[in-house]
Amino acid sequence: MARDINTKKLKKNAFRYSKVRGETASRIRIPGGVINAKSMARIAEVAEKYGNGTIFVTNRQGVELPGIALEDMDAVNSMIQSIIDDSGVNQEERDKGYPASGTRNVVACPGSRLCPFGCYDTTELARKMDKMIFPSHLHVKIAFTGCSNDCAKVRMDDFGFIGMTEPQYDPNRCVSCEQCIKYCSIRSVGALSLVNGKVVRDTAKCIGCGVCVAYCPTRAWTRSKEHYFRVVIMGRTGKKNPRLAEDFIKWADEESIFKMVRNAYAYVEEYIDPNALEGKEHIGYIVDRTGFDEFCKWVLKDVNLNEKAEVASRVYWGGRHYDRSNDLM
Amino acid sequence: MGYVLSRDSFTRVLKKIGQSRRIYAPVNKVGEGRFTDVDVVRYDFVTEAPEIELDKKSDYAFKEILTPLSQTLFFFTEDEVKEADMDEREVIIFLRSCDLHAVKRLDAIYLENKFVDPFYKRIRDKVRFALIGCGRSYEDCFCVSMGTNRADGGYLFSVDMIGGKYYFDVKDDELAAIFASEAESEQAVEARYVTENEVKVTIPGNVPVSVYKDPLWEEYTVRCINCGRCNFVCPTCTCFTMQDIFYTDNGRVGERRRVGASCMVDGYTNVAGGGQYRRTNGERMRFKVLHKIHDFRKRFGFDMCVGCGRCDMVCPEYISYANIINKVNDAVEGGAVNG
Repeated sequence: MARDINTKKLKKNAFRYSKVRGETASRIRIPGGVINAKSMARIAEVAEKYGNGTIFVTNRQGVELPGIALEDMDAVNSMIQSIIDDSGVNQEERDKGYPASGTRNVVACPGSRLCPFGCYDTTELARKMDKMIFPSHLHVKIAFTGCSNDCAKVRMDDFGFIGMTEPQYDPNRCVSCEQCIKYCSIRSVGALSLVNGKVVRDTAKCIGCGVCVAYCPTRAWTRSKEHYFRVVIMGRTGKKNPRLAEDFIKWADEESIFKMVRNAYAYVEEYIDPNALEGKEHIGYIVDRTGFDEFCKWVLKDVNLNEKAEVASRVYWGGRHYDRSNDLM
Repeated sequence: MGYVLSRDSFTRVLKKIGQSRRIYAPVNKVGEGRFTDVDVVRYDFVTEAPEIELDKKSDYAFKEILTPLSQTLFFFTEDEVKEADMDEREVIIFLRSCDLHAVKRLDAIYLENKFVDPFYKRIRDKVRFALIGCGRSYEDCFCVSMGTNRADGGYLFSVDMIGGKYYFDVKDDELAAIFASEAESEQAVEARYVTENEVKVTIPGNVPVSVYKDPLWEEYTVRCINCGRCNFVCPTCTCFTMQDIFYTDNGRVGERRRVGASCMVDGYTNVAGGGQYRRTNGERMRFKVLHKIHDFRKRFGFDMCVGCGRCDMVCPEYISYANIINKVNDAVEGGAVNG
């Protein structure tokens, strides 16, 4: 039988177009980067049975199984069904694999499940976000990181969410040991100082990393009951204008960030370049075209940010513009 | 007399007792631990039975009411001084046997150490105790080795929660009447106590000066981060430092405070002229450990440490103080063999 493969459908079904003729790679989606050992064993089985016996661990916490014959895609799709079930990824039809690949795997650092500095459960929110936005063919990258260390490198994404806690201070439990001041200065931004034996926090400077809480020996510093987020937007890699995401909102709440992402999808549907190659365009280029104000109008629609939240009045991005100049400094 | 009460009736007893007294007990503070969504058990005032954490061991000790972490002693302005007010009500502290033994150590330091500390005494005079029975030994406990696993009196009543019911052995006649009025039944009750811990220590007898120079301490110069958490959670650490504060908007008015101090934290042994007696964390560890299991005993006749194990529980570097005690004992015994 003649080999007649619809490569557009293949890609949207989360298979890779490979340079090796006749081969493909299966792309396994792992929202939040956590997967059960049983599913990992299943991934190994698929790689052994249909792939070339190797597993490629991707930058976005998924895995790819290379060396799969194009003819085996249906068989692979039914074999990875248990993995899709296990990871809770939305699907349209059973045994048909992933229904989209445009909206990329939602990334998360280990977060508060493991990390002493994690300000929230990054894996949980990544999974919740994936449930909300997937499947979609729009090219969107979202990542969650537990604190300002940004181990998930969310500044490379369209939307990055950095965990924050608002340090709560009980002066009656403070013994002026100054460890919070010392470690805020060494590990963070130096937002604390001692006045008359008690600690004063520069609320404008404080980035909500929680280092003071981690080092306080008496529980004078504790974490806020509320989990907060710094929202950074429109970071990207790429050939034209790679750049880091810039701060959009600080002290945002969970409900608001989910609403903003949902709104962002509507904004992209409205303004994406109708001639975009393969229907894919980084949101940042759309924002560059429509202007920041139009982006805000859409993204903040019906969003009731908590009282603490502060929104940037203007965002400027840097990075290199290779489309304008490739000269070295 | 022994009484069995439901949770609601225990709350009613607390309300009656609380009409003229404050109740100070271990409380599970949700999300107030060091890490995200981690609880901490520390002492606070309570009014209802469910608030009292009877299952977990408290991370911080009861001592914060007797020796507050930060306490204003008096206020001053120009030539006048006024002592800070205090709540005059009696306080009932819920604590376990090890902690009740710790009270004896605090009293030794503040009341029997040559002179009486009036700021300690004025609150100490208002404090009574309720014993929390121990149905099991907790992680890091070594009370049996320290002889503090059982309380011989010194408390108004004991409480044990077993299968959702509260069991009280009430020693105080006035309170017995209150308990009797709410009790489901009267029966013989004895506070539970443990007879064995997983962790065991052997306290050395006389510690020769050679142990001060023993290389065993050097390890802690590297491992310890001198955070002082072991001191702040310890029920017997009593050190404090003084602060004279002049208010920033009017420097002619101010207050004198005393705040908790730690022999592990930087600054503790600093003296005028830039001197510092114990620079390395190993030296500080040596001072702390020998104070708890040797030096205090030389003055008061009993060891300071009560074996609650909170210091081991809180240490971010997984340093076991209990293990150090055994290492010291080995060094002492080894030294004796070697002459």
